[in-house]
Order: sequence, then structure tokens, then C-alpha cells
Amino acid sequence: MNKRRFRLKGASSAASSLIAILVGLAAGFLILLISNPSKSLQGLWTILQGGFNNGRKGMGQVLYYATPIIMTGLSVGFAFKTGLFNIGASGQLMVGGFVAVLVGITCPWLGAAHWIVALLCGALAGALWGFIPGLFKALLNVNEVISAIMMNYIGLYGINYLIKNLTNADGAYLVYDKLKNQTMNVAESAVIPKWGLDKLFYNMKGNYMDVSSVNAGIIIAIFLAIVIYVILNKTAFGYELKACGLNKHASTYAGINGNRSVVLSMVIAGALSGIAGALMYLAPASGMHIHVEEVLAAQGFNGISVALLGLSNPIGIIFSGLFISYITVGGSYLQSLKYMKEIIDIIIGVIIYFSAFSLFVKNLLSRVGRRKNHHTAEDGIAKTEGGAAQ
Amino acid sequence: MDYVIEMLHITKEFPGIRANDDVTLRLKKGEIHALLGENGAGKSTLMGLLFGLYQPDGGEIRKNGQVVHIDDPNDANRMGIGMVHQHFKLVHNFTVLENIILGVESTRHGVLQMEHARKRVEELSRQYGLLVDPDALISDITVGMQQRVEILKMLFRENEVLIFDEPTAVLTAQEIAELMRIMRGLAAEGKSILFITHKLNEIMAVADRCTVLRKGRCIGTVDIADANADMLAEMMVGRKVNFVMDKAPAKPGDAALSVQNLSVAGKQHGSHAIKNVSFDVRRGEIVCIAGIDGNGQSELVYALAGLVKPSGGKVLLCGQDITEESIRRRNDMGLSHIPEDRHKHGLVLDYTLAENLVLKSYHKADYQRSGFLRFGAIARHAEKLIERFDIRSGQGAETIVRGMSGGNQQKAIVAREIDLAPEVLIAVQPTRGLDVGAIEYIHRQILAQRDAGKAVLLVSLELDEVLNISDRILVMYEGEIVANLDARDATAQELGLYMSGSKRSDAV
Repeated sequence: MNKRRFRLKGASSAASSLIAILVGLAAGFLILLISNPSKSLQGLWTILQGGFNNGRKGMGQVLYYATPIIMTGLSVGFAFKTGLFNIGASGQLMVGGFVAVLVGITCPWLGAAHWIVALLCGALAGALWGFIPGLFKALLNVNEVISAIMMNYIGLYGINYLIKNLTNADGAYLVYDKLKNQTMNVAESAVIPKWGLDKLFYNMKGNYMDVSSVNAGIIIAIFLAIVIYVILNKTAFGYELKACGLNKHASTYAGINGNRSVVLSMVIAGALSGIAGALMYLAPASGMHIHVEEVLAAQGFNGISVALLGLSNPIGIIFSGLFISYITVGGSYLQSLKYMKEIIDIIIGVIIYFSAFSLFVKNLLSRVGRRKNHHTAEDGIAKTEGGAAQ
Repeated sequence: MDYVIEMLHITKEFPGIRANDDVTLRLKKGEIHALLGENGAGKSTLMGLLFGLYQPDGGEIRKNGQVVHIDDPNDANRMGIGMVHQHFKLVHNFTVLENIILGVESTRHGVLQMEHARKRVEELSRQYGLLVDPDALISDITVGMQQRVEILKMLFRENEVLIFDEPTAVLTAQEIAELMRIMRGLAAEGKSILFITHKLNEIMAVADRCTVLRKGRCIGTVDIADANADMLAEMMVGRKVNFVMDKAPAKPGDAALSVQNLSVAGKQHGSHAIKNVSFDVRRGEIVCIAGIDGNGQSELVYALAGLVKPSGGKVLLCGQDITEESIRRRNDMGLSHIPEDRHKHGLVLDYTLAENLVLKSYHKADYQRSGFLRFGAIARHAEKLIERFDIRSGQGAETIVRGMSGGNQQKAIVAREIDLAPEVLIAVQPTRGLDVGAIEYIHRQILAQRDAGKAVLLVSLELDEVLNISDRILVMYEGEIVANLDARDATAQELGLYMSGSKRSDAV
């Protein structure tokens, strides 16, 4: 492998992501300026300080909020790499989260393995939610975007129904906490362990340790990102999946089973989102419960931004997930400057939105590069033709 | 004599490549000037400079004696320079007329004014004999018609200098004859034509003069009246080229590929693209399927390769029934296939050359160990094939295939398929779009396969190729095999009769 070229490629990708972030921050600053000019600079500084606003606990919160969006980012990014657009991450996350909570509440007899089993069941449920659009795509050529959006709503309302209607033999709710209109706490044994991270990310308030919500989830997410990276770039399986995504006809011609690849891609993407949900909801102490309401989980859609900002590269996605979480946590401290909650959401949304333009910036960069003739003759012609055809 | 365009001492460098080195080309008004060269000789770069896609590093371009700078294709257009690209630039869900006016629409208060444009297009069609329905959708008309639309686009913009970039590569024989007629008509009306090609017979048929490039250098400009094909070929390749393969007579063995009563359903309900076809391809022979495009050749090959399911009949590979086998299994059993459409089937364009060269063998133990790709072995394999088949590219094995020239993409496919050491090699139009040097090379490779005792099934639309390298010729007409001829006795005239359906052999 040509190391130098690889490094150049990596550098240009990172540069384009950074430029996109800067554009996003500028746009966010504009809104700060419009809504409250006197506090706008201070506000921008607050956002930029992100998790550092609140010491070690703040950093822990950044890691905690990054966990599910890294997972959904991986889910969306993995599907992108294999030529599919998994807009169903939200539904897969909710279904995965629900099944994990269900197992987490009803199966305490599993003991030490409880949280692992709950996590795996969540992954399986997410995988099932990805499998269905994948199967439709493979067999009937139904566009996965449409079926995945429908699966989102089936998942959302299906869960709402199950939460309110699952009862044991005595008629008592299995998972529903009617008072709070949300799911109950999972059993202690089903809570994602801390793996010592609580000893790292806390603030001392007198004698009281104010611990952050971070748990082993972030380590699992980073580990899975590396696994996905290896699958995509080092294995024959990843070679097949990417080939199908890039040119299904050529893959079929070469003897690769294209339908199988599509289904497996969606199953893996679904499982990743399912794990996102499980990691999110198997942490009741942080206040995360499935609420019975008619809103799709935002973490699913944020995964799209995370994947775009990370240019679908699993390692890039770790960083883009951390960044978006960092900005979000920073935004939450804007309330201390008397910014309205809704305005904060808009500002953070704008920053994320513009940040997702990194692919666009990358293409722009390469076009500028081409002007300077940084390509061979044939390369140049082919690209010009391609560009004009688009 | 006045020159419309003069490109004097043009030099253009790209990193690692001097694409044009002191090239001089002069285009007279009203002439058809051919630009001849191998794949990668610098023809496209030179035309790119004239069309404003790049800027020259040295030399100057003159239009009617004035030095001009062409910054981009819009500049070129304003100066009356138009280009028909090898891959057309048409909007497929627009009509012919909409495509023609695209970019130069006339509007009144923001509303399109089509009527004037329609009249002008109809006038132009009549004047130059370019009949085409202005209201047809591009997606509904043939490739030949699409090319006419491209030509009309240039005429509508009142271009005086028309560049044709390998216009015949995508056309059938009839369409080529028609295009030649159109080109002559354009020249007679005073248009000046630059014609990029590497087909010598077309140059001999239509061009007035010819400039030959080799490895970025200008070898010379000759009057076609004083030239012949052999001379042009030698100028282009730099050595004598054998047009006629000297080959030993075939020594056919037992049948390696056996097709029995094969039928394939057609696109329309109830019709058949292939009707009850039977033939054998024996070891050590090249069987060629000749015929006019669209008579079932593609469907036959798809059925053999496993890309479509036959509706009836059997296919035997080395005696084993493979009718129900998967594509992977067929490949592993020794079936190689050089596909008709190299971009659709042959290559994953965004993969590197090395990755494409293992497209059919990445799953074998040589290139993977317990699921993990062996990048070292894959790179070595690529280097070996690049060396052996002379595949040229910017960054060697790491080149993204999309950026390679068509000829080298084709060489990559041929290299991959031959390297699989097949029992049966199916080659569909294996030399399409290649220069004579590369054609000769690929023909030699195919012959070598035959001489090594492999069975070769060649599908070709070009009679020269059919007559030149095959041992036996099957002619397909409307999904049936209408003739089975010994290549030594066959003539072009006879084949033409079979191909057009006016004759049918009883021997089949």
C-alpha cells in the first residue's frame, strides 16, 4: 500500500471536516448574535468550551452523550459505505432499546451476564428492524429509504403499544411506569457497568462525589467502531459489501451474491443502531427511559450527521460523534446565559447541519486541487467528464 | 491555404507524465482531419487543451491566425469550437429539442421560447441530413440517434470547428457508415472536423489528412490520398503491425462448452431472445458468434455466464451440467468471461486496479486468510499482471480504475480473466475501443489460450475480427444460429448475407 497517498487522503478528509465545522460554528454564531447580541461572544465561548464547562464530570457527560450517536453514526456510515442509506437508525434504536429494557426488567435471574444478554437482545432486535428493509430491497427492489422510514413508525408505535399493554399473569405492567408515562428502571444487574470510568469523571462537591453518567458504553462503541473499520477495510466480507455498494452489476458478474450483501449490510447496520438503543436505556440512573410519546429518537437522525461529518469512516465517526456531543453539552450550558432552550437547539442544530457538509467541502477541495493539475492526464479527463455528467 | 485552428508546439505536462510534447496540429477550413494514436498517446489531452479543459504549459493556439486563450469550454464554444464526447452529455429524461437548447435557451419574461429553436433545429436537420424527432425522449432513442443530437447541439451553437472524440466506438456498422456520410456533408458545408480515432479504415474512408501522435509526440501529418493503413499503423505504433494473425490450424479436442437447446425469454412477454440454440465449443478452437448487434448475442452470453436464467435447455461445462449453478461456482469451475460492458459488469470503477484484478479470486486462499484479505499477495498479483499485460496507469496498482483510459481498463479485464486460467473463455467484443497495437496484443492472448488447449467463445460485431482470429463462425440472427461455417472458407459477403437474414444454412 502506498503510505504517502494514504496519508494525503486522510489529511484532506480531516481538513474538509474541520472546515465544515468552522462554517457550522460561524453560522451558529450568527444565530447567537441575532437572538442576544450582548452575550453572543460569551455564548460562542461557552459552546466551544463544551464539556469543559463543568470539569471532569462535563467531559464524562460528553462521552456519555457521544455513545449512542457514535453507534447510530456507525450504523448509517456502514450502510453508506455499502451503497445503502439507512434512515431507519431511529426505529432500530428504539426497538433495540425497548427489547434491551424488556430483558433488563424481566430477566434478573441472568445474574452477572444480565446486561450482556440484554445488550445482545437489543442488537438482535435492531438487526431484525434492519433486516426487513434489507430483505425488501434485495427481493423486491423496494427502496430502503422508504421502507426504513415506515419501519421507524412501526417501531415507535409498536413499542408504545407494547409498553402500555405488556402485563404479567396478575395483570401488573411488565415495564410500564404509569405515573411517569415511561418505562421502569431496569434491574441493577442489567445496568451497563462503569468499568471504573466513574472514578475518572466526577466533580467533588464538598465530600460528595458528583459522578458523571459515563459508563462502559463509550468503550464498547469505540471498540465496535474499530471492528467495523476492520470489517470494511481488511476482510473479504467488507470487500464484497463495498463492491456491491459501488457496482451491483459488476459484483453479481464476479459471483458475489448481491442480495445477500444488501441484507447483511442492513442487518449489521440495524444491529449497531439496536446497540445504540440498548446502551442508552440500560442506564436508568442517568434518567434515560423510553417515554411513551409520538417522537422518534433524535439520536437516530443525529447518526446521519455524525456519519456525514465523519465521511462514513468508522474512525472518523468516533471523532465526529465526540464533537457533536461536545457541542451539544456546551450548548446546554448556554441556558446559564439566559438563552432559551429552543434557541439553543436551533444553534446546535445549525452547527451540526453545516458540519455535515464535510463531503461537499471535500469535493470542493479536490476541485481546487484539480485546477492546479494535481492529477494525471487521464485522471483529469475522466473526472471532468464525471463532473459534467453530474 | 488558411488554417482555422493552429496548435503550435503544444506542451502539456501532468505530474509524472508529459502528455503532449511539442505537438503541432493545423486544421484547414472544411477538412476532416484525423487524430490518430494509441490509447494514452495524448489525443484526448490535446483536444482537451483545444476545448479549454486544460491550459497548455507551452506553445500557442491560433484561431484564424490570431493567438487565443481558451480558459474553459464556454470560451471554446464562443469561439465556435464544439465537441462530441465519447460518452455523450445528454439529459436522458429531456427531449431532443430540450437537450439541444440546454444552456443557450432563449426566454421571454423568464418563459422558454421553444418555437424559434424548433424551427432552427428542423432547418439544421434538413440541411445536414440529421433526421431526428425533436420531441423524442433521449432515453427512447438509439445511441446513433443520440450522437446526432450531440452533433445538432454543436450546429445549433453555430460551431465551426467540430471535435469528434472516438465517435464510432459506440456505433454499429450501419450507424458508422451513416456517421461517415454526415461528416462528409458537414465538411462540404464548410465545417472543419477533428476526428479522434484509432480505427484505420475509418480514417482511410473519410479523412483528408491525418496527424499521428505516439507517446505524446507528434510523429507527423500525412495526406490520406498518399497514405495506406499499414503506413499509418506503423507510424502510430512505431513498428510493423500484423493485421492478419498468422496462426497454426486449430487442433480441436473434446467439447469444453456444450450448449443444448438453450432458450432465453425476451424482454417482451412471450417472446424469446434466444430460441433453441445448440452448439459446442471444443478445446483448442476459437468459435466466433457473429451477427448484427441485438440478435440475441448478449442474452446468450448472460445465460452462459449465469447472469440470466434460461427458460429452457442445458449448458455443460467440461461435461458437467452448470445450468443451475451459481455464477461463483461457474467461475470456479473454469468459466472466464470478458463482458460486453466494461463499466457495468467488468469493473468496480471506484476500486483500485489491484482490487479489480482480484474481483473474481479474492475469496480464494491465495488472497485471503480466514476472512482477512492478504493485501501483500493482492498487490504482488496486480504488479505481475500490470507487467505482463502492460496495463498503464498513473499510480500503478493503487490507481482508481475510474481514472484509467478505456483501453487500459479493458486490458485490466482481459488480464484478470486470462489469469484465471479458464477452461472456457467467453470474450465479448474484447477489443472494443482499443488501438491496433492493443488489439493485436489481445488477439495474441486469445490465440495463446486456444493453443494452450482452452476453448474460446468470441462474440464480435466486427467482421474483420471475426474473420481474422476465429476457427469456426456461428452466425446469429433473431435469436437463432443460422450458419455454422469454417472460418477458412468464409467471406465477408457471405457472412453479411447470413447476418442480415437473407440466407440460412441448412446444415444447422
